[in-house]
Amino acid sequence: MTAPILEVAGLRKYFTVVKGFPRPVKTIVRAVDGVDFSVGASEAFGIVGESGCGKSTAARAVLRLIEPDAGTIRFAGQDVRAASGAALIALRRRMQIVFQDPYSSLNPRRTIGQTLTEPLSVHGVARGRAAKDQAAALLEEVGLPAAALGRYPHEFSGGQRQRIGVARALALKPELIVADEPVSALDVSVQAQVLLLLKDLQARRGLAFVFVSHDLSVIRWFCARVAVMYLGRIVEQGPVARVFSAPRHPYTRMLRDASPIPDPGKRGVLPRVVGEIPSAAAPPPGCHFHPRCPRASEICRTTYPAWDEGDGHGTACHHPHVD
Amino acid sequence: MKRLLQNPTTLVGAILCVIIVLGAVLAPWIAPYDPVDQSILDRLQPPGGAFLLGTDTYGRDVLSRILWGARISLIVAVTSIASAILVGGAIGMVSGYIGGRVDLFIMQVMDVMLSFPSLILGLIVVALLGPELVNLVFAIALTAIAPFARIARAPVLSLKERAFVEAGRALGFSHARVLFVHILPNIVSEVLVMGSLWMATAVRTEASLSFIGLGVKPPTATWGGMMRDGFEAILDAPWLSIFPGIAILMLVLGLNMVGDGLRDATDPKLSGT
Repeated sequence: MTAPILEVAGLRKYFTVVKGFPRPVKTIVRAVDGVDFSVGASEAFGIVGESGCGKSTAARAVLRLIEPDAGTIRFAGQDVRAASGAALIALRRRMQIVFQDPYSSLNPRRTIGQTLTEPLSVHGVARGRAAKDQAAALLEEVGLPAAALGRYPHEFSGGQRQRIGVARALALKPELIVADEPVSALDVSVQAQVLLLLKDLQARRGLAFVFVSHDLSVIRWFCARVAVMYLGRIVEQGPVARVFSAPRHPYTRMLRDASPIPDPGKRGVLPRVVGEIPSAAAPPPGCHFHPRCPRASEICRTTYPAWDEGDGHGTACHHPHVD
Repeated sequence: MKRLLQNPTTLVGAILCVIIVLGAVLAPWIAPYDPVDQSILDRLQPPGGAFLLGTDTYGRDVLSRILWGARISLIVAVTSIASAILVGGAIGMVSGYIGGRVDLFIMQVMDVMLSFPSLILGLIVVALLGPELVNLVFAIALTAIAPFARIARAPVLSLKERAFVEAGRALGFSHARVLFVHILPNIVSEVLVMGSLWMATAVRTEASLSFIGLGVKPPTATWGGMMRDGFEAILDAPWLSIFPGIAILMLVLGLNMVGDGLRDATDPKLSGT
């Protein structure tokens, strides 16, 4: 890993849900419960996990689109959580987001040109003719013709819209892009095109990525390092190749084995996935994974395992698999 | 627009509205007589002859008074509803965008306002402030603020959760920009549809207040006032009430038909067909 551009430590976000009448019951959902990771400059860092594990919340909290409750976020040495006003706006220029749903991510009443030139004029980068030229260049960069500037989002397909969303994220020349399931709403053939585009941009612009996905094969292809999240916490983290070829945490192993391999020769019996992901409002005591874990023992039921950094391939497990 | 007028009901409504607007605008030129000019010799003339729609108890021409009265009805309807849209729409949008306790409080205040029948609220305001055109507009606008706040708030609640709003925040846009540049254009059509329907209600409220003598002061011609005056002689000269009544009916019906058409034309489920 190169010098980190983003360092996250102890990130926490609890949501409080008050429900019921006449006596309201307060439940606390621990969406993100103490997450540490760092991303190097120009590095693609993946966050993977099942639905509801808090991966999107963690990614949004980094950008302060969701205000985190605790923890530190440092971007290029600057404290993101302490930033406000002009400092926050200056930070926002340097980190951008690409969304999952290409349909809701573009304003249906604004042309592509308006969508792409607006950030430029708001931040005083370029106006009028110059802004339009830059917008055209952005479109070209994501593989769309400049003629698209005058058209509305509904005239484009999902894949094209996602490209426009990427172009918007690039408009302010960010250094980090948070990609929240950027391809999971697209058809498989289109997924490949958008992934290639992102990879190409990463190489050309030297972008760092926080790439959130539930799809292991996408993470494996796109990212250099990966963190596996389970119920608001990171259970395993390390270089992609090692994490997926020799998972230490039983949960990572289960995820990997449940992910199909596109090779009929390697056909095997898919392992039985035990149980459902428990509610983050009432996580099991001890290790959150123990009710589903084949290796669970007495200590797993009572004590959350400490993080073992290992040799850059760390895990939080009492009984990790050893390579 | 094209699709809007393809619907025959909407077309009829639009024609009704256009006729009345033209009548109001062109009143000084097309009205055959002065609307307040009294002529004792021509009292209570039945329709036909020199007076197309007859004359009232003071010998004033009913047709001329209806044409001039259309101005009052339209001014009251347009200005009161326009101000209700501006004030109510802004309240609803900001309330929905902020959310939480502020939203809850504002909307409960709006619910209290909503619980007054518009005629009663209008009556209270006009009775307190006096029967002037401005007060009438104020009273009607006041009754329409709450419904517009509700209509504007509802779509904001769902729009503010859309990713493009989040994208705006990630790009460092101010809340004002997100609200007025990004969210506002997405709710305009819904609010305008409601506006055309409420204009019909405003016409009715103005006519009702005029009818009970709390509208614009005589001798200015208003449709409600004319109906009230004619009501006293309904058996001898029914045309005095009937014609202004028809005028009110035409305008209310026209506005409602246009409003329904607008709603259908802006329904996203019907677009692109």
